[in-house]
Amino acid sequence: MAAPLLSVRDLIVEFPTRRGTLRALDRVSFDIAEGEVLGMVGESGAGKSLTGAAIIGLLEPPGRIAGGEIWLRGERIDNLPREKMRRVRGRRIGMVFQDPLTSLNPLYTVAEQLIETIRTHMDLSEKEARARAVGLLDRVGIPAAARRIDDYPHHFSGGMRQRVVIALALAAEPELVIADEPTTALDVSVQAQIIDVLKEICAERGASVMLITHDMGVIAETADRVAVLYAGRLAEIGPVRDVIQAAEHPYTAGLMGSIPTLTQTAERLTQIPGSMPRLNAIPQGCAFNPRCPKVFERCYRDQPNLIARADGRHVSCWLYDAQEKEVSHG
Amino acid sequence: MTAFILRRLAQSVIVMLTVALVAFALFRFVGDPIASMVGQETTLAERAEMRAALGLDDPFLVQFWNFIARAVTGDFGISYRLQQPVMELILSRLPATLELALVSGIMAFVFGVGFGVYTALRRGGWLSSTIMTVSLIGVSLPTFLIGVLLIWVFAVELQWLPSFGRGDTVYVGDWWRTGLLTESGRASLILPAITLGLYQMTLIMRLVRAEMLEVLRTDYIKFARARGLSNRAVNFGHALKNTLVPVITITGLQLGSIIAFSIITETVFQWPGVGALFINSVRFVDVPVMAAYLMLIALVFVVINLIVDLLYYAVDPRLRVDRANARH
Repeated sequence: MAAPLLSVRDLIVEFPTRRGTLRALDRVSFDIAEGEVLGMVGESGAGKSLTGAAIIGLLEPPGRIAGGEIWLRGERIDNLPREKMRRVRGRRIGMVFQDPLTSLNPLYTVAEQLIETIRTHMDLSEKEARARAVGLLDRVGIPAAARRIDDYPHHFSGGMRQRVVIALALAAEPELVIADEPTTALDVSVQAQIIDVLKEICAERGASVMLITHDMGVIAETADRVAVLYAGRLAEIGPVRDVIQAAEHPYTAGLMGSIPTLTQTAERLTQIPGSMPRLNAIPQGCAFNPRCPKVFERCYRDQPNLIARADGRHVSCWLYDAQEKEVSHG
Repeated sequence: MTAFILRRLAQSVIVMLTVALVAFALFRFVGDPIASMVGQETTLAERAEMRAALGLDDPFLVQFWNFIARAVTGDFGISYRLQQPVMELILSRLPATLELALVSGIMAFVFGVGFGVYTALRRGGWLSSTIMTVSLIGVSLPTFLIGVLLIWVFAVELQWLPSFGRGDTVYVGDWWRTGLLTESGRASLILPAITLGLYQMTLIMRLVRAEMLEVLRTDYIKFARARGLSNRAVNFGHALKNTLVPVITITGLQLGSIIAFSIITETVFQWPGVGALFINSVRFVDVPVMAAYLMLIALVFVVINLIVDLLYYAVDPRLRVDRANARH
């Protein structure tokens, strides 16, 4: 397998607070290959968005990367000086946010925002940048792009605005696009369109995607691989079909069991008892141990590491430790 | 757009009529003007004659109508005290006040926005903390005290700047006497302008800071950063512009109060403006001057409000559409 585009190794994100340091991400490791779509799922507060923010270097203070490394095509980016990191943002890593209604500056036209972004990263004249902007809008499916480009964000509907946001995120041809719940704020009817546009345009430009969502349906249809986060720790990562159909981590299994399917005839959906622990109350050992149906003595004592399984799957659960070797990190 | 301006103009007329009523009521309730105009030997008959000559025994509505009709043409009568047309008096004093108000308004806006942005971006820095602390003094010290302190430091102790008056003035046009073109005029302007503008500056600064912090937390600023725009473009292009919408309102209204509250500063610095004229008029119950001053200040506020509303249009595109849609 070729070298991955993005490689996250043992990423630790901490928030110093008055009552001690909270560890919001604990030794999270994963790769994204060239052109791959990696889905990132988990409950609210599991650390999905935080992972995205850490990669693009926009953690909100006082949050900070306390350990680990982030590599983008062989170059370490988690410790770049501010100005260099700024040039990575937009140019090499694009980001799409959740709410298109608030992602665009209301006081500037779409053209102004696009052209500003393009010219920040590319050596183009105003005219060339504008032509490029129109092309982008056209590509993301804005009808009559050449005319509508001079409209203000409030002239567009939510779905159209998210298309504009995608155009902005892709304006400078980034190699990686981090989409943080890109459809959560949209009507169900336009969600699929937006996902399609995002997927198509990234595929056509060879950009990899990190798709953060809690919608397993979107993941199942879009992602190549999926990573499951629980309480700031990676529970399981693997090809999307395998993980959905044969989850290995008890948490993932519970998560999949709680999703209704059309063919299912069960009376009740399974649910995982309890709720995810708060960051200041993560139990010793495995974070999932109070809720795990298969918990045993070791889970209360040691924190499991990612264990490699067949077909490029990894799971952090002691159930699979038997004689497997641990994945080496770094 | 035109409909909006017309509507605002109509509202302005109503405001001005209301103020006119209050101003006119002054004539009836603030002492008897005849008493302050005549000596002790004047007979009752002479007083009645005078009252009739000045139209003071007409019915209320007639008097009010006459007042408005004359006010519209700029005729506010003759000052009881100085025996000159009120309009002439005010116009001769107005440039001094306007220059003072404008200079201190600009100072307040420029430094207010500058410090506000700085303290918002460098939150927690020692300079920001110093500015914020000093600004508390600006907010809490009364204007006259600031004026007196400034006089003491810069005029009495250091002797850098004059402590009173306007310095030398020259005429620009027929009636505009300006102090801005002479050195002593400019020197004389500094202390009063600081005194008058300090409070407004701290107010604008604190407002800009609060708004800026708010805007910096919004999604579109995060998205702008995620697109790799430079700090400069994000902070000044995107954040500051969004900050300015509420700041314009406050600044506009503050400009009105700068003109209105120049009374105190003008008194402290013996500045020959309309504020000082007003204070003297109050002392001598010179009602025509007081009434005219009241109308003038109301007019200033109304005009500034109108300008502020129009500025909204320039800054915020959402308003343009909403109004257009509302009309269709």
